[in-house]
Amino acid sequence: MNDLIQRALDTADRLGADYADVRVVERRNEGLTVKNGALEAATSNVSAGFGVRVLVNGAWGFSSSAVLEPGEADRIAGEAIEIARASAVAQKEPIELDDTPPVTATYRTPYTEDPFAVSLDDKLRILMEADAAMARVPGVAIREGSVMAGRETKTFASTTGARIEQEIVEAGGGIEATAVNESEMQQRSYPNSFGGQAVTGGFEAVRLIDLAEHAQETAELAVALLDAPQCPSGEMDLILDSTQVALQIHESCGHPTELDRVFGTEASFAGTSFLTTDKLGSLRYASELVSIDGDASAPGGLGTFGYDDEGVPAQNVPLIENGLLVGYLTSRETAPVIGRRSMGSARAWTWSHIPLIRMTNINLRPGNAGSLDDLIADTRDGIFMSINKSWSIDDRRLNFQFGDQAGWLIKNGRRTKLVKNPTYTGITPRFWGSCDAICSASEWTLWGLPNCGKGEPMQVGHVGHGAAPARFRRVQVGVGRW
Amino acid sequence: MVASTEQLDQLLERALRTSTAESTEALYLGQDSALTRFATNRIHQNVREHDATLQIRVIDGDRIGVASTNLLDEGGIRDVVERASAIAERSAPNPRSAILPEPDGREHDPELGYVASTADASPVRRAEGARAVIAAGEVKGLESSGSFATSVMTVAVANSRGIRARHRSSRAALLTVMMDGFGSGAASGYAHAGATDIGEIDAEALGIEAADKGEAMRGAGELEAGEYEVILEEYAVAGLLEYLSFIGFSGLAHEEGRSFMELGRQAMGESVNIWDDGSDPTGIPSVIDFEGVARRRVDLIEGGVARAVVHDAATGARAGTGSTGHGLPAPNLVGPLPLNLFMAPGSTPRDELIAGVERGVWVTRFHYINPVHPKKAILTGMTKDGTFLIEDGRLTRPLMNFRFTQAIPEAFSDVRAASSTTKLLPGEYADAYRVPALHLGSFNFTGVTAGEGGE
Repeated sequence: MNDLIQRALDTADRLGADYADVRVVERRNEGLTVKNGALEAATSNVSAGFGVRVLVNGAWGFSSSAVLEPGEADRIAGEAIEIARASAVAQKEPIELDDTPPVTATYRTPYTEDPFAVSLDDKLRILMEADAAMARVPGVAIREGSVMAGRETKTFASTTGARIEQEIVEAGGGIEATAVNESEMQQRSYPNSFGGQAVTGGFEAVRLIDLAEHAQETAELAVALLDAPQCPSGEMDLILDSTQVALQIHESCGHPTELDRVFGTEASFAGTSFLTTDKLGSLRYASELVSIDGDASAPGGLGTFGYDDEGVPAQNVPLIENGLLVGYLTSRETAPVIGRRSMGSARAWTWSHIPLIRMTNINLRPGNAGSLDDLIADTRDGIFMSINKSWSIDDRRLNFQFGDQAGWLIKNGRRTKLVKNPTYTGITPRFWGSCDAICSASEWTLWGLPNCGKGEPMQVGHVGHGAAPARFRRVQVGVGRW
Repeated sequence: MVASTEQLDQLLERALRTSTAESTEALYLGQDSALTRFATNRIHQNVREHDATLQIRVIDGDRIGVASTNLLDEGGIRDVVERASAIAERSAPNPRSAILPEPDGREHDPELGYVASTADASPVRRAEGARAVIAAGEVKGLESSGSFATSVMTVAVANSRGIRARHRSSRAALLTVMMDGFGSGAASGYAHAGATDIGEIDAEALGIEAADKGEAMRGAGELEAGEYEVILEEYAVAGLLEYLSFIGFSGLAHEEGRSFMELGRQAMGESVNIWDDGSDPTGIPSVIDFEGVARRRVDLIEGGVARAVVHDAATGARAGTGSTGHGLPAPNLVGPLPLNLFMAPGSTPRDELIAGVERGVWVTRFHYINPVHPKKAILTGMTKDGTFLIEDGRLTRPLMNFRFTQAIPEAFSDVRAASSTTKLLPGEYADAYRVPALHLGSFNFTGVTAGEGGE
């Protein structure tokens, strides 16, 4: 591999690259899914290859290949140079990178129990026990449970002398029950939708969420939702559980603070951002209770790593401080434009993709509102919503609408009637500006989100969001005709 | 990557021979793709990818194992077969899904939709396309962003029941969004086209289309949310159809009661006909599915009546219809999907659609569509890149974007007119859609974009 890396860098340099980097990556994934008592999917996937990124006269070129041979390194480096020269056909100012110093380093995800060493039998037993518990509930049409494991080993090297070896290990799992009648389909997931919980770490994270213990109540709620009344429409005080706060952070804070979006480079696909740089340090994004950080060093976060894919060390950087916009997620190309050095958010999905600015762990700091029960007790008239099932937001990340799996009306500080198909809609700064309570650290969870899409070609990002339940005043709920 | 069809055949045969399982399937997915991306009037990403994956599915005593690799040498093949076999050995039997298709005698053209000039397109050609778009935007004072992509995809399948199928296709796609800033109410226009032949992509014409639309959007103002008659351009129709197909046209969704499709019942207006056909050369063909079955034309909605859903080998066996050639790579948890949808045109010249609207909204396209309630086929999303008020049969002013929350079968139950022409559009997830523009009697807009900054 050393030979391949050196050949690629030498060839790029010889052909005129001002800068070049190489990533050699091998990714292994294993997944098990049990559906209605049968093993529906068992997979083991391996993908390996390398990508060469070059800057020639201030323009980017990139090419990649699955053939891990030194001769291929020459070909791919040459192709990247040719592509970079073609980029000059439509080029304005030359791209300049920040002055991040190159490092030689290694990083390995800490874990207790290697998820690849846990036997298929063990994993299957966990899923079958949860399935059996869901099956005891009459009226459940579809029962699903899954566990996953991922291991990525990668080497990053650059013409400026960086050499970084990393091993990122991931694990996760979850269950979902679906109940169906003639006109309705209702689902309940545990501990979250999107496959449950996912972390960087070992299989201990899957054991911790104890799927079987929560399976019956998960199934019972799915069935109960079928006959629950429709969520009412109107303006109400809204309490979100930590999973939905996590997605709210993702869509309305994480994406709009990506500095490449702010500069318009995602305009034709993912969109732009209302958080333009003229607002840095002055925009009141949220109420003073709200502080949000981008933390790539948070233990166990799905967006945790040692170094990003430009060789920048993982960092914890404030994005929103007491409600004010104070920072962005940046790369070596974008950070200097606002006079900063990259905070290390450039990541690529695979060896065949270029690094883009991706969220790391975008975390809402916990508040002091106590437990969820305390927060509900403090609410006279409102609604509590739990676990996402629908999401949409406009291209500037202002106008959003979310739907959750379950809602409960709150009357005089008590959770009362269950309602189905709860939805809410709002405008980002107004919504976060209405946040008047965030639960305490004991309710805070770092959720993994394994399905963030961005870029062309589309890249999937693994990111994390730390969140606690929070309350928002006078929010429009129950959207649309039902 | 393999260099020739002979090498490809040898690879698949070697994989089958390596397996000792009762039944084995070898699926090869090859991709050679390039994409030139531009924004703020410059190329900012320019990438190429060469990759190929071999996926093995083994079935032994109704126990299934699936593994994949992109290491295609002898060792890689042996390793992937061993991993798939090891999984099957330890798995519980699953007779519902333990089904491989067998040959049905239908022929397919293994090169339908392959155009050498697309496959050979250079980075300079893509860059020149980007430059032509940017130039059209600059004439109107707009900043262009977008992408120009070319690719060759190879799908080949061999299984131990006799399936031997292969298809190679090319595609080119150019899209652009043109804007005069990122503020609320900023002008924004759009154009998008796809084809198997890069020669059919007219970058300059697409640039002019987006620039004209963007210029017309200058000075957009608010209009109260509510129910309006709408003209949906082809881009908007394709977006709705894409999500409708995910939630409703799959045999698995139908089997599990998750779909809005009740076969034999009127689901939409009588003028609505929707079908899937991967072998129609006026689309972007994909003539076999990922189980090696030749794709059949499936009439999904006929005269507004829900007629059929699509199947893979497993759902087709359970439904008694057999596979319609819509399987995804195993193990497939989402079920079969239609990837080549067509919607029938009407008889109204496209330019005359608007004449029938007294007061309504013109929608160029939708952004960030997602299901709110799959069984009722309620979707939400935003209008984008060209929303206008229609009064007395003409566009009177540009509008800030709306959010919609709408049951789509309900909206498609009141199709007042469809354009007599259709447009071919690449799918975000599917191969392509060929659809007309539509005049609908009612569409529910449930919100509007905020003012600048949203404060």
